Amino acid sequence: MTDNNRENGPLQVVACIDGSQAALSVCDYAAWASQRMGDPLLLLHVLDEEKYPARTDVSGNIGLGAREHLLNELVELDQQRSKLALKQGHLMLDEAEQRVRADGVDRVNQRQRHDELAGSLVSLEPEARLFVLGLHGEGSNREGAKHVGSQLETVIRSVHRPVLLVPDEYTEPRSAMLAFDGSETAFRSIELLAGTPVFQGMPFHLVMVGQDTDEKRGQMARARDVLAAQKLEVTQAIRQGADVEKTLHEYQTEHDIDLLIMGAYGHSRIRRFLVGSTTTRMLETAKKPLVILR
Amino acid sequence: MLKSLQTNWFSNIRGDLLAGIVVALALIPEAIAFSIIAGVDPKIGLYASFCIAVVIAFVGGRPGMISAATGAMALLMVTLVKEHGLQYLLAATLLTGVFQIIAGYLKLGGLMRFVSRSVVTGFVNALAILIFMAQLPELTNVTWHVYAMTAAGLGIIYLFPYVPVVGKVLPSPLVCIIVLTGVAMAVGLDIRTVGDMGELPDTLPIFLWPNVPLNLETLMIILPYSLGLAVVGLLESMMTATIVDDLTDTTSDRNRECKGQGVANIGAGLLGGMAGCAMIGQSIINVKSGGRTRLSTLTAGVFLLIMVLVLDQWLVQIPMAALVAVMIMVSIGTFSWGSIKNLKEHPLSTNIVMVVTVVVVVATHNLAFGVLAGVLLASLFFANKVGHYMAVTSEFDQNTDTRTYKVVGQVFFSSSEKFLEAFDFKEAVDNVVIDLSRAHFWDITAVGALDKAVIKFRREGADVEVLGLNEASATIVDRFGVHDKPDAADGLMGGH
Repeated sequence: MTDNNRENGPLQVVACIDGSQAALSVCDYAAWASQRMGDPLLLLHVLDEEKYPARTDVSGNIGLGAREHLLNELVELDQQRSKLALKQGHLMLDEAEQRVRADGVDRVNQRQRHDELAGSLVSLEPEARLFVLGLHGEGSNREGAKHVGSQLETVIRSVHRPVLLVPDEYTEPRSAMLAFDGSETAFRSIELLAGTPVFQGMPFHLVMVGQDTDEKRGQMARARDVLAAQKLEVTQAIRQGADVEKTLHEYQTEHDIDLLIMGAYGHSRIRRFLVGSTTTRMLETAKKPLVILR
Repeated sequence: MLKSLQTNWFSNIRGDLLAGIVVALALIPEAIAFSIIAGVDPKIGLYASFCIAVVIAFVGGRPGMISAATGAMALLMVTLVKEHGLQYLLAATLLTGVFQIIAGYLKLGGLMRFVSRSVVTGFVNALAILIFMAQLPELTNVTWHVYAMTAAGLGIIYLFPYVPVVGKVLPSPLVCIIVLTGVAMAVGLDIRTVGDMGELPDTLPIFLWPNVPLNLETLMIILPYSLGLAVVGLLESMMTATIVDDLTDTTSDRNRECKGQGVANIGAGLLGGMAGCAMIGQSIINVKSGGRTRLSTLTAGVFLLIMVLVLDQWLVQIPMAALVAVMIMVSIGTFSWGSIKNLKEHPLSTNIVMVVTVVVVVATHNLAFGVLAGVLLASLFFANKVGHYMAVTSEFDQNTDTRTYKVVGQVFFSSSEKFLEAFDFKEAVDNVVIDLSRAHFWDITAVGALDKAVIKFRREGADVEVLGLNEASATIVDRFGVHDKPDAADGLMGGH
């Protein structure tokens, strides 16, 4: 991802705010990223409207002017619902703005949109450098269990900018690791990472999972050179393990790494449906922030 | 893919299942009634409704819209059935489907933009009137029992929803049918029942190729009917799609709906059903009952067939009076009563378009003719109105003995006469300048009028100079692509 769009004003860090527990932590991480990158921050609240009726009438008859009555009734219901949602959204955004200003960000914008989340993020892509989202969505805290936000997968599949997924609690990231597979996509990620100031001055681990072969060592060295050219402190490791997700997590805990960076969804939805994907499993088990690169 | 499957089918399961059942219950009497209008056995309409609803659930372009055997289509088949019989109707249904699929591929769904709002209102009102009129044979030359039953039926339909608790849970048309059937059976009234009208389904529909000779003669018999059916079916489907779009605040895929209607009709024809299309009344009932996705349409179709097969002994007992009451409700619900109130407020031309649409339909019993008349009339009124947006001003320069005419606005067939009248050919001047740089010439009639003006001036001995002709006539060129560009609009609106 290059800075093709620089001319259209500065790219922004887009923080997606909703009513979930993660919203505060999204603010903090977004503020951190915005300061590290030197980019302004955009607080976004998407009104993902409920399309289905709250009240139904199954009397099954149609009387005088049935169509007009029904239309008025439905419009009124939607209006009430949307007004409330708009108001709530404004409050959330205001609160978020206070929070990020307290964190020290001074270039903050707010925006509200009526759309579904993935759609509105895609339309924001030209002005976004990074999207920040909570790992657990609005729906998750209700049931008590920690499920991955219901829309995360769709979002990750549709946007082509890096996505920072954050847990419910904020801790300032002090180290980072990249799950590296030696593919061409991975080298593009390396270049992208080398280009941002975010990882300056923090330990950076380059981790591969699999057999320790000469080929892997070669790829590793190549990646290291790119990163080292930008004066990053790189540590490299090749770990053996059948289960990619588990191996990466073990490495992360062992070295107490705060931020995990990985590519996402290399395979089709069909394959994912049949065999599952590393990305989805990583999302489900993540306790620390994750950066997903597309 | 999974996501769209999810939103199109399983995002509103409870509401859809419930609404589908309500619609199925409302569809049964209608399907029977429309079969009777068309002059075929009730099973033809029931099979058609089942098949069309199920197929359209998968291939339609408007989730949550209900399609089945309809009155508009049934009215077009009457003569065909009377003169040639059922097999030709099935063949015509197949051909209708083919035409509709072609229309979908030609993207004719977009042509709906030429059908103005008043024509739609006229269509809807005419449909309501036709459905009502189709009930009259059941109400003439009958004993007072039938009138009493019908009145009681209407009473139940409209008053039952006000009964606390149960009123909002049970569909009132269903209650009407159950109560009237029960009364008729208990008292042993000798009135006409559904069983007297023909055969009801006793098996699942079976695959059947229409038993007609495959020759040109057959084609010539069914062709006019198929064309009419295809047009009316698409018109009503597109109108219903717009209504459902508005009600649910979502969008639909018009051309996919055209193709879907075609596939559904072919399916109906092969399973021994009559042609159908989207239903305004049923779609409103579906939305009102909470149906939103394809699942509601599918549920309606499947549940309809199950009900019909399970209840076939009971269906034959339904008195026609109960069906008449339901159909009167459908007709009242379909009629746009607001349009009568609007007659006072809307401009005369709009009212004329609406009324003419209604009158033509009621006179010909063919909704396609009514829409055609309405669209033509609306276009004429429009042309007439736009023709007023043309003005010619002139000034005289004594030094050069020059008369300059400045033409502003739209010059085309409707305004060309006015254009000609604006010139004073009797005035004796040496030079005439016609400045067209702020005018638009839309057709050959306009160019012809200009030629005529120039020739007349020359005959009177004046030298004529025409300014800005190229810009003015740029609009004649039928390259619509040019008009679609954003800056083209500026040019057209503000002169050159």
